[in-house]
Amino acid sequence: MSEVIVVTSGKGGVGKTTTTANIGTGLAKLGHKVVLIDTDIGLRNLDVVMGLENRIVYNLVDVVEGNCRIRQALIKDKRYDGLYLLPSAQTRDKTAVTPEQMRKLTEELREEFDYILLDCPAGIEQGFKNAIAGADRAIVVTTPEVSAIRDADRIIGLLEAEEMGRIDLIVNRIRMDMVKKKDMMSVEDVIDILSVNIIGAVPDDENIVIATNNGEPLVGTNCKAGKAYMNISRRVAGEEVEMMDLNAGNSIWDRLIALFRKN
Amino acid sequence: MGILDLFAKKKSSNVAKDRLKLLLVSERADCSPEIMEKIKNDIIEVISKYLEIDTEGLDIQITKNDLEGGNNAPALCASIPIRGQKRDLNKKTGEV
Repeated sequence: MSEVIVVTSGKGGVGKTTTTANIGTGLAKLGHKVVLIDTDIGLRNLDVVMGLENRIVYNLVDVVEGNCRIRQALIKDKRYDGLYLLPSAQTRDKTAVTPEQMRKLTEELREEFDYILLDCPAGIEQGFKNAIAGADRAIVVTTPEVSAIRDADRIIGLLEAEEMGRIDLIVNRIRMDMVKKKDMMSVEDVIDILSVNIIGAVPDDENIVIATNNGEPLVGTNCKAGKAYMNISRRVAGEEVEMMDLNAGNSIWDRLIALFRKN
Repeated sequence: MGILDLFAKKKSSNVAKDRLKLLLVSERADCSPEIMEKIKNDIIEVISKYLEIDTEGLDIQITKNDLEGGNNAPALCASIPIRGQKRDLNKKTGEV
């Protein structure tokens, strides 16, 4: 049985594309057949985050307009078995595709893939409506900031109005040092405000910047964000995975112990 | 936490949380904070006729109605702390 999942947020810059890339890669690492669709027409980015920007021939709009077959537009990620990307068009705008066409496209992809992940553009206009049209479930990404949480709340409201089957929340870019000083809202605070199911929290990690520079998702690597994204991928696939202790390894004691272990 | 923290101003994460909670109540219901304030004042006025209430502690919120048959429609929930019943009320109306 295949699932169509839209990754959305309302606000831009909270980590939708990074999240899509990492969960998609994570699911592929777990042995699933996955296709990532960049639905941000005019501002495509999933291709660079995945490091596949040099291999684009056809795009989403080409497929929808019938200029090519789906198979021709899919880019196979050679690093992982069963991972594909359908890039977005860069020279068109959101009106080039309709929700009905997106629904048809996802239906066709269901036959071949276990997971179809849609990277949604920021905003609540046409691009958002296109992205959610064919989705069974949604993952809402937010950060512990007032603007991102407010937009997430609006998005959740819109998804509920559209009767989205399941809505899960990811709280991204948590800084535990600031949370401890009560200068940043905690994951619990965010859940309390949005009252929605949480599927994972991702700590702010400079490795994300490095991974994006290299065009290589860090899911599954031995860093905090890498572990967090792997846990989320497992949960998306239906596994029960305990929530990660974001505090671990942060205190002076933990650092000292780590230092001794290294030596 | 040091003793100095007791005098420190409210931490910014709490400020953010409080601001958001208030804001989202009105946004979810699609009505402005001013209207919420008016509803609150009207409720206070009506209830005060019959009961002595703690107007400071009064809290109204628009939430989803998760109760049976609630149909998930938004519901106005008011939590009104009661100080006591007005003693002269029964005399006035003549009831026992």
